[in-house]
Amino acid sequence: MASGMADERPKVSPLYDPKVRGIAFQAVLTVLVLFLFYEAVTNAAINLQKAKIASGFGFWNNIAGFDIGQRLIDYSATSTYGRAFWVGLLNTLMVAALGIVFATVWGFLLGIGRLSTNKIINLLSTIYVELIRNTPLLLQLLFWYNAVLKALPNVRDSYDLGLGMYLNNRGLFTPEPVFGASWPLVNWALLIGLGGAIAFRHWARKRQERTGVQAPVFLVSLGLIVGLPVLAFLLAGRPLSFNHVNLGRFNISGGLQVYPEFVALLLGLVIYTASFIAEAVRAGIQSVYRGQTEAAYALGLRPGPTLRLVVIPQAMRVIIPPLTSQYLNLTKNSSLAVAIGYPDLVQVFTGTVLNQTGQAVEVVAITMLVYLTISLVTSLFMNWYNARKALVER
Amino acid sequence: MSTEIAFVRRQALEPLPPPANTVGVVGWLRANLFSSPLNIALTALGLYLAYLVLPPIIKFMITDAVWNGTNREACINKEGQAPVGACWAFIRDRFAYTIYGSYPVEGRWRANLFFLLGAIAILWVLHPRAPRKSWGMLYAFVLVPIISFLLLRGANWLSGIGLPYVETARWGGLLVTLVVAAVGIVVSLPVGILLALGRRSQMPLVKFFSVMFIEFVRGVPLITVLFMANTMLPLFLPEGWSFDKLLRALVGIAMFASAYMAEIVRSGLQALPKGQYEGAMAMGLNYPQMMRLVILPQALKVAIPNIVNTYIGLLKDTSLLLIVGIFDFLKAIETARIDPTWAAPTTSATGYAYAAIVYFIMCYGMARYARSMERRLAVADKR
Repeated sequence: MASGMADERPKVSPLYDPKVRGIAFQAVLTVLVLFLFYEAVTNAAINLQKAKIASGFGFWNNIAGFDIGQRLIDYSATSTYGRAFWVGLLNTLMVAALGIVFATVWGFLLGIGRLSTNKIINLLSTIYVELIRNTPLLLQLLFWYNAVLKALPNVRDSYDLGLGMYLNNRGLFTPEPVFGASWPLVNWALLIGLGGAIAFRHWARKRQERTGVQAPVFLVSLGLIVGLPVLAFLLAGRPLSFNHVNLGRFNISGGLQVYPEFVALLLGLVIYTASFIAEAVRAGIQSVYRGQTEAAYALGLRPGPTLRLVVIPQAMRVIIPPLTSQYLNLTKNSSLAVAIGYPDLVQVFTGTVLNQTGQAVEVVAITMLVYLTISLVTSLFMNWYNARKALVER
Repeated sequence: MSTEIAFVRRQALEPLPPPANTVGVVGWLRANLFSSPLNIALTALGLYLAYLVLPPIIKFMITDAVWNGTNREACINKEGQAPVGACWAFIRDRFAYTIYGSYPVEGRWRANLFFLLGAIAILWVLHPRAPRKSWGMLYAFVLVPIISFLLLRGANWLSGIGLPYVETARWGGLLVTLVVAAVGIVVSLPVGILLALGRRSQMPLVKFFSVMFIEFVRGVPLITVLFMANTMLPLFLPEGWSFDKLLRALVGIAMFASAYMAEIVRSGLQALPKGQYEGAMAMGLNYPQMMRLVILPQALKVAIPNIVNTYIGLLKDTSLLLIVGIFDFLKAIETARIDPTWAAPTTSATGYAYAAIVYFIMCYGMARYARSMERRLAVADKR
């Protein structure tokens, strides 16, 4: 009887029962959210009908009727809105992927520079990071585009960069590589070289664990990855020629054109994001306790291996989460392309397509869905990587 | 006995000075710049980079700059002279325009008063030794928003005391940037706290809605949120509910900032040991009391540096408003720099340099504050 008494909840009015209150509160909240949602949908339907705007995704297959300068897949003014969407998405992904690679390299260099004992390098890195972090990215993009790239000379007075490359206010012009029929041989050689390097590294590690004998992994890998394709290139009879740039008085033709919008966006994103990555790297390296380095020295490791085998693996655990969010930020920030006219997803789809079709709900929803998917996939991948690198605790 | 000792020194010798190459300027240089071959190479590289970058910047910003003039004539390149640097005359001419936009000239004192009220609020809330912090919070988060709204917007019934109605389409420049940032700051903190509490709530539906909102907004770029607020919000409202363009942008910015703030507050909540919750409950406090008196004061204190960093991001993000057609500070500069009156080779670069300086002063100031708070908190934790 006594134990039964202890288990029973004290009798309170349902008004003060936390459980009842919780359920009531959630019910009210749900009803409110559903009501707002319902209101929004019905209002939108009425408003769209009044404005005579079609709804649904029928516009997807209509003819777009506008041209896009930079594209990775075939596209012309007679292509569909759906095609325009893919062009924009691929442009976004391209600038994001390139930006992530360059920003990581530059950011790590800067982060190490911020920790350098050399006062001049330290000072320069600090000035760079503080200056870039504390001004808006959009301002930087506009600066690169309007004040630097648009201020370049016109075609007639192009800067000659050597190697057949020219720089003017219409972009960067480089010779376009033309691959011969036997080029695939080189690709296969590269693939085999990569596979061989991975296999050799695996074998060398296994052997070192067994016998303690180290193998020159770096040199052998270099030979496999670089040497093999070069050998294949020479054996296949140099299947590569260049389509050179023809510089006229008023016009420029041939070669590969890198648009100034693309250059400005990539430059702005890399310079901006690198300053944030530098701070993450600095924090990560500082988080590794000094005793770790001293212990490694005491074990007889030289400074190089200490950094590579002891400090960096531990620092990476701290660096990876902020690095992930910087990668996501870079991808999301690439949407600022709309301000300088680089045809990314937002500029093409949420800009031009939205203006032409007027179907705001569908277009904005699709755009948001794309970015949500990119964010989700990136975080899943980085979480997986993070879990692999995480400290295994009991 | 031991009288053979001829001489015993009674006083210690003066210590020799340290070796000349370990102290003073030479020692500092040796330790910090020339300690190893790599270090020497880095020093050379750094000096070379500085030589590449600094003299052109100084030449452009100061030596070759044009300070006086009334139109483009002052800033165009002249035969036989070095190319002109920054056209500061342009900024001097358009300074008021970049601050107030098209706000009526006779009403500019209202904007100035708003800046003053905001400055007082910032000092009162942020200064570590300011008295009566809770009154300061009340002033900054309740009083200033109401007064500023009446002050800047005015109304027909207020025109008797010199506050006639000014439509938001005429607001512009730094005024709009600061108004938007202030609204974002004032709205995002309480909403962010609610969302963070919702995310940690035991009630599954509350948690679900909070997580959905936070992850959705954080997963998309701000520009799409602004597009949504700009184009979709009017569609969702019943017919006849007209919606001010600035207000739409404010809704977007506030939503965005709140989602980010929620995650910052959540990290602060997670930093607290569980004993704080258990202790508060053992004292017989109910949920609101526990949060208000025990948990939030500690969690927010831990989160202050990150909160200020979010505010820096918010201030920088307000520049995106120019894409949806709001006349903010950057838009004012964009408009001024393409004005033919001042068309000159360096007008654009000068405008951007000016904008960068203004944004940098505001953001770097906040960043320094966040860092000093971090140090203060670290000192408090050491005890």
